[in-house]
Amino acid sequence: MWKTILRRVLMMIPQMFVLSLFIFILAKQMPGDPFTGLITPETDPSRIEELRIQAGFYDPWYVQYYHWITNALQGDFGQSYTYKIAVSTLIGERGLNTFWLSLLSAILVYLIAIPLGMLAGRYQESFLDKSIILYSFISYAIPTFVLSLIFLFIFGYRLMWFPTSGTVDVGLEPGTTAYYWNKIYHLLLPAITYAILGTTSIIQYLRSEIIDSKTQDYVKTARSKGIPMRKVYTRHIFRNSLLPIAAFLGFTITGLLGGAIFIETIFGFPGMGNLFVSSVMSRDYSVITALVMLFGFLTLLGSLLSDIIMSIVDPRIRID
Amino acid sequence: MNTAKDLLTIRNLTTSFRIKDEYHAAVEEVSLSLRKNEVLAIVGESGCGKSTLATTIVGLHNEINTKVTGEILYNNQNLTQLSEEQFNRLRGNDIGFIFQDPLSALNPLMRIGEQIAEGLLYHTKLTKQQREERVLELLNQVGISNPNRVARQFPHQLSGGMRQRVMIAIALSGKPSIIIADEPTTALDVTIQAQILDLLKSLQSETEAGIILITHDLGVVAEVADRVAVMYAGQVIEEAPVQELFRNAKHPYTRSLLNSIPQTHDENDKLEVIHGMVPSLMNLPREGCRFSARIPWINESLHEKKPQLHEIAPGHFVRCTCWKHFHFEGEEGGGTV
Amino acid sequence: MSFMQIKDLNVHYPIRGGFFNTITDKVYAVDGVTMEFEKGKTYGLVGESGSGKSTTGKAIIGLEKVTSGQIIYEGDNVTNQRRKRNSAYNRDIQMIFQDSHSSMNPRKRVLDILAEPIRNFMKLSDQEERKRIKELLAIVGMSEDVLLKYPHEFSGGQKQRLGIARAVACNPKMIIADEPVSALDLSVQAQVLNFMKDIQSEFGLSYLFISHDLGVVKHMCDHISIMYKGRFVETGTRNDIYVNPQHIYTNRLLSAIPNIEPETRMERKIQRQDVEVKYHEEQHKYYDEHGKVYPLKSISETHRVAMSEIEQEGL
Repeated sequence: MWKTILRRVLMMIPQMFVLSLFIFILAKQMPGDPFTGLITPETDPSRIEELRIQAGFYDPWYVQYYHWITNALQGDFGQSYTYKIAVSTLIGERGLNTFWLSLLSAILVYLIAIPLGMLAGRYQESFLDKSIILYSFISYAIPTFVLSLIFLFIFGYRLMWFPTSGTVDVGLEPGTTAYYWNKIYHLLLPAITYAILGTTSIIQYLRSEIIDSKTQDYVKTARSKGIPMRKVYTRHIFRNSLLPIAAFLGFTITGLLGGAIFIETIFGFPGMGNLFVSSVMSRDYSVITALVMLFGFLTLLGSLLSDIIMSIVDPRIRID
Repeated sequence: MNTAKDLLTIRNLTTSFRIKDEYHAAVEEVSLSLRKNEVLAIVGESGCGKSTLATTIVGLHNEINTKVTGEILYNNQNLTQLSEEQFNRLRGNDIGFIFQDPLSALNPLMRIGEQIAEGLLYHTKLTKQQREERVLELLNQVGISNPNRVARQFPHQLSGGMRQRVMIAIALSGKPSIIIADEPTTALDVTIQAQILDLLKSLQSETEAGIILITHDLGVVAEVADRVAVMYAGQVIEEAPVQELFRNAKHPYTRSLLNSIPQTHDENDKLEVIHGMVPSLMNLPREGCRFSARIPWINESLHEKKPQLHEIAPGHFVRCTCWKHFHFEGEEGGGTV
Repeated sequence: MSFMQIKDLNVHYPIRGGFFNTITDKVYAVDGVTMEFEKGKTYGLVGESGSGKSTTGKAIIGLEKVTSGQIIYEGDNVTNQRRKRNSAYNRDIQMIFQDSHSSMNPRKRVLDILAEPIRNFMKLSDQEERKRIKELLAIVGMSEDVLLKYPHEFSGGQKQRLGIARAVACNPKMIIADEPVSALDLSVQAQVLNFMKDIQSEFGLSYLFISHDLGVVKHMCDHISIMYKGRFVETGTRNDIYVNPQHIYTNRLLSAIPNIEPETRMERKIQRQDVEVKYHEEQHKYYDEHGKVYPLKSISETHRVAMSEIEQEGL
């Protein structure tokens, strides 16, 4: 197993290299540069030119790429043009916010989706099943921003149950219990919104997986052993149906850092999604490239994690 | 037909499936009995109702779309009237079931030992350790030489023959008096098939269980059966002791079937081909002789209006009277061959 | 005179492993098979699952890449060639499969399924094509109103007959039939087998009949080869194999066939167990230290058996 993991990790190197080349060239192809936004009627055009020369914008792309990649390999992704701080610090800060938001959302997604999927699959064609399907279709059909806005309006502004932006109230001492509760309190509304929207695929997948498992021969065998139906479900059908869901888990874990663009933007939550949009808007190359590299790496890692999880839960799959 | 020795008695059993709000009988008015220490083979081609009959006996049919009438008597109880809970006490305990494809019939994610012990968990009060011992004993009984290892393995790690042995161990775990084997060797190679059949036979004489063997393979029937019931379009059309059936089959369907086995022929001969096709469930003629459409040259009047099983020799039953007029090409005279 | 020869055919699959995923071992799916085909004859290829019989068939028609060896068709080496779509070999050697259902495009009508090989290999006008398709249907005993139907509207036996119709569309010389009747009921199987014999005598076809069913093979084949782990164990005429089997594996296979004589089943069981005991005791005589079968040695003009040098001297 360790051999395979090492090999897969080594294989990420060329993949990441190709990705970095692509993203670097594409980022440079975007019209404008970080300084375009600084131009006002009073700006001296020669000053801007000077900045551009200083930042190496007129060097050939491979020279720029070389500078960037050599620094990146040493962990230095440069300075953010907009925030004037090191990219790694910026991403670290935002990443942590996003991580907690996504973690809470992911937990909620599984907490909602797994029981609903199981119920729908077990009581297939019943009223309960139809209601669950209806729910999952509605949550699938509603655009993220619509539901986010509705929730924000109702629970945030009207009922004032939840804060409407930020990650923590000002004035709380970091490290105290009240501080952490306040943080979680801020996470709740965006996390619930995110979870409601994210359940569809798992519900549908689990439901059809269960319906499929029910007709399998090994279920007949289990029944022919005289095992009560309730136990046939828990010991055989549910257990086997959760397998493909477990395979998604790897992606879910690494996806925790990806961030949710709409939700973060609407709930004014300073996370990765938010950062990505704003850095694209302001042509903050160093941030964009670093983020895409990170997302790429997480995707590769996610598929590796999924494979490892599969090999643990499914005895038929073995990696050596 | 009905004696005190009978282990299981099926009387006028009809199993119907609902298709588009109408019930169609897949098994119709079947009466059979199984005795202790015998192999009753139920033979027929696909769609004849033999598998439906097997699943009805153990109550594994889909309850929503299926209607069952008639009686299945076992130990003074009528199985068709049992609740799910009562049935669960019989299944895996008094009645064992062996499926066709052992790979799909075993849970791929469960260790072999666990799958065999599962039934014991619900039917016995054995402790965990006793269950484990019993599993090894069962694996030994079905001829697995390294039970300790196999018990810890997963189904995909075993060969087809080994898996079917495991299935048999599962069926035997409750020391059943009845074993129902649905095409137990169809998915196996011939040499493995021979081993599995020999195993079934020897286990039977050991346990004195009655075996209902569902199969399409007349060769398998000839190897292990004591009595044979031939099914066509949901009905039993002929029933006889095995030697009688192979030597002295009467019903046109049975005879045609026997005659279409390549083995029975000289290599340059034509195989017997039955005219027409098996009618589908929805298009089954529900009146008169169901085989009449396949032997159109026999006049309608020679069939019975309501074909019954007639005992023409001790233990040999044939449905309808048309057999008396049936003969193969080149055969002399009527069907009294 | 044979029109096609298979010489020392090998199909090996690499097993990859180790850190760099290099080839660490090989699966010898087909391991040195030599055959010859004559016009109008049926050749049986028998073996248990995993013996390589299907792979042999697929390699001959070009569905599997041949690792080494030659396929000589009418004097030309056709092994692994990137053949043109309408080459003579592709036209003359056809295949039918066990699962005729999945071998037909479910979205095509019978008309198009049958027309496909004709359009590929014969330059016919629309009218001639239509005529040919009607002829084909007449050969397989179906009426013209099936032309606009889809594959799922047919029963198993009918579909297998359509598969045969498609295979004979361009007057092939040989048909490779991979378990053509294994999925069919007994009475339908009889129909298809009879039909295969009929068209054979009518068109002088050769068959390579691949099957695990020794009863069917005996009925169909003039010449039979028994396969085990990619190699031939024994090859000979029907009589050689069924009356005078030499190799222990052939014996074991033959003794396992169920017989429809319930009277003699006890004797057969005893005989079967004897063979089984002998099989385990005398394995070293018939298999080398790697469990492989020895090369074939002729014991008569038609009959060849795999055995070691020492055994042969003992004869």
